[in-house]
Amino acid sequence: MSDVETPDEEPEGVTVEPAPVLHGAPVTVIAGQNVLHATTETYPELLANLQAEGFGQVVDLCGVDYLLGGRPAVPASIETERFEVVVNLLSHVKRERIRVRAQVAEGDSIASIFDLYPGTEAMEREAFDMYGIEFDGHPDLSRILMPENWQGHPLRKDFEVGRIPVQFKAAPRQD
Amino acid sequence: MALTEDTETTGSSHADDGLVGDASRVTGIDNAVLRMSEAEVAALSQETTDEFGDSKMIINMGPSHPSTHGVLRLMLEMEGETVLRSKPIIGYLHTGMEKTGEQLTYLQGCTNVTRMDYAAPLFTELAFSLAVENLLEVEIPERATWIRMMMCELNRMTSHLLFMATNGMDLGAVSMMIYGWREREEVLRFFEKVTGLRMNHNYIRPGGVAADLPDGWQEDVLGLCDLIEPRLEEYDILMTGQPIWRERLQGVGVINEAECLALGATGPLLRSAGSSWDLRRDMPYLAYDDVDFDVIVGTYGDSFDRYAIRLNEIRESMRIVRQCVANMPKGDYRVQNKKVTPPPRARIDESMEALIHHFKIFTEGFKVPEGETYAAVESPRGEVGVYLVSDGSSTPARMHVRAPSFVNLQTLPHLMHGGLLADAVAIISSVDPIMGEVDR
Repeated sequence: MSDVETPDEEPEGVTVEPAPVLHGAPVTVIAGQNVLHATTETYPELLANLQAEGFGQVVDLCGVDYLLGGRPAVPASIETERFEVVVNLLSHVKRERIRVRAQVAEGDSIASIFDLYPGTEAMEREAFDMYGIEFDGHPDLSRILMPENWQGHPLRKDFEVGRIPVQFKAAPRQD
Repeated sequence: MALTEDTETTGSSHADDGLVGDASRVTGIDNAVLRMSEAEVAALSQETTDEFGDSKMIINMGPSHPSTHGVLRLMLEMEGETVLRSKPIIGYLHTGMEKTGEQLTYLQGCTNVTRMDYAAPLFTELAFSLAVENLLEVEIPERATWIRMMMCELNRMTSHLLFMATNGMDLGAVSMMIYGWREREEVLRFFEKVTGLRMNHNYIRPGGVAADLPDGWQEDVLGLCDLIEPRLEEYDILMTGQPIWRERLQGVGVINEAECLALGATGPLLRSAGSSWDLRRDMPYLAYDDVDFDVIVGTYGDSFDRYAIRLNEIRESMRIVRQCVANMPKGDYRVQNKKVTPPPRARIDESMEALIHHFKIFTEGFKVPEGETYAAVESPRGEVGVYLVSDGSSTPARMHVRAPSFVNLQTLPHLMHGGLLADAVAIISSVDPIMGEVDR
């Protein structure tokens, strides 16, 4: 697993000392949990490797929008993009969880892992619906929670939150 | 901890990855899921000489149908009475709760997430609180842990009792509906005493629980257990051994372990297929390491197994609840960390600082260090998880809830494929989706 070259400089904000590589991908440890980092190129292979290594279940897949910043630490070897696809995997045999964060640029697409884990079908549809992230090879990439004719992707940070205007009035006179 | 079933299920079949059955039915482009949009279906129904000929047709079930547990809509391709392909259509209850979660502070977050799985609200609160505590790196007091555990197990009982009621109703055992609601109401009465509300409690919060248990709670809880235990025996007489009930459920909606894993299914659905996987035992959180309980596992993966698993999980939950009553530690019910916990009411009257602190915590909320985390707990429906990303402010940058019902719904087309329409009702019921959680 350690045959992948380590980044030249220590990634900022990461406290793991020597070679922060796990399952062939740069890894960070955040709040005691292992997070693997991927790009759209390395993502399908990484997921295939993880499945071969016994991570039999994708419990969760979701999108995240970092338009307004606030991104937790990413190794220097990974170029950050606006969106991330976050996959939580679980191994029943090893009783272990692992998380994959893949960087996806706006307007770019990422490979679907439907062929590896059919259970991601609804989750990828949700990520597409909420963020507009396209998944290549998905059998039915359509809106799932929003109506079919909805415009925009509601969980993007530049999608306005609707507000109901509140009219403040002076307190009624007591005299 | 009792591990009676574990050796059998993981030790029996070590063919390649130790799974029972294979997942070929659900992988690739299967023939159970109807992957068509509304427009395509509408276009199909206009044509008279289509690929379906006249023997197949597409019908809608729901969204407003008594046995779809809310607003689930199913698009079913039928051949006579037989269901061929189908597609669950969801989103009718979507209110953007994840977006709302990004606007609310961590303290307000629980009020939001508790409305997702409205039949088991404490579990989503718990997952959210565990995630926030993970980022805050606070240790919550032992008593708070045990209170959380006891309340969650009582909540598992209410959720499964609700399942008993609706499952009975869906299958024509209408008296069961009344019995299930009746027993559930008894537990909800206790919840109201503790949390102030029957549902949507907002009781488990980051840092502990909202209030200590009221005086005399031991008698209430033990009284509940004594009341419900013989009633479960009555359910057994009414349903479990009854030939009509068995005919209706056995062999209906069969799924195997490999298919469950491939589709991401968790909870009773996964355990019915013979997989002994329960987060409470396999990846313990709270104090589940210190209590004794069994993980109930099925054999056939059919609707009857799922019914029987839930019925027996009520019994196991009662076992845990009894141990909680016996071992409840003394101490604080919330962490005494000024950063997270508002000052007690009495201090506000005597200290200006306490008043300011109280005001700041409820208007601005507390700040959570940058980071991301995923916390998962075993809810009555499976693994409910919360993925939190904090940017260091007092509101999460991203709050995603992994809802078990949402994922479990994907098994529906496979469970219903080739079965009768009447069985579809039994199958939806046995998956027990809560639409509030599916649509969020």
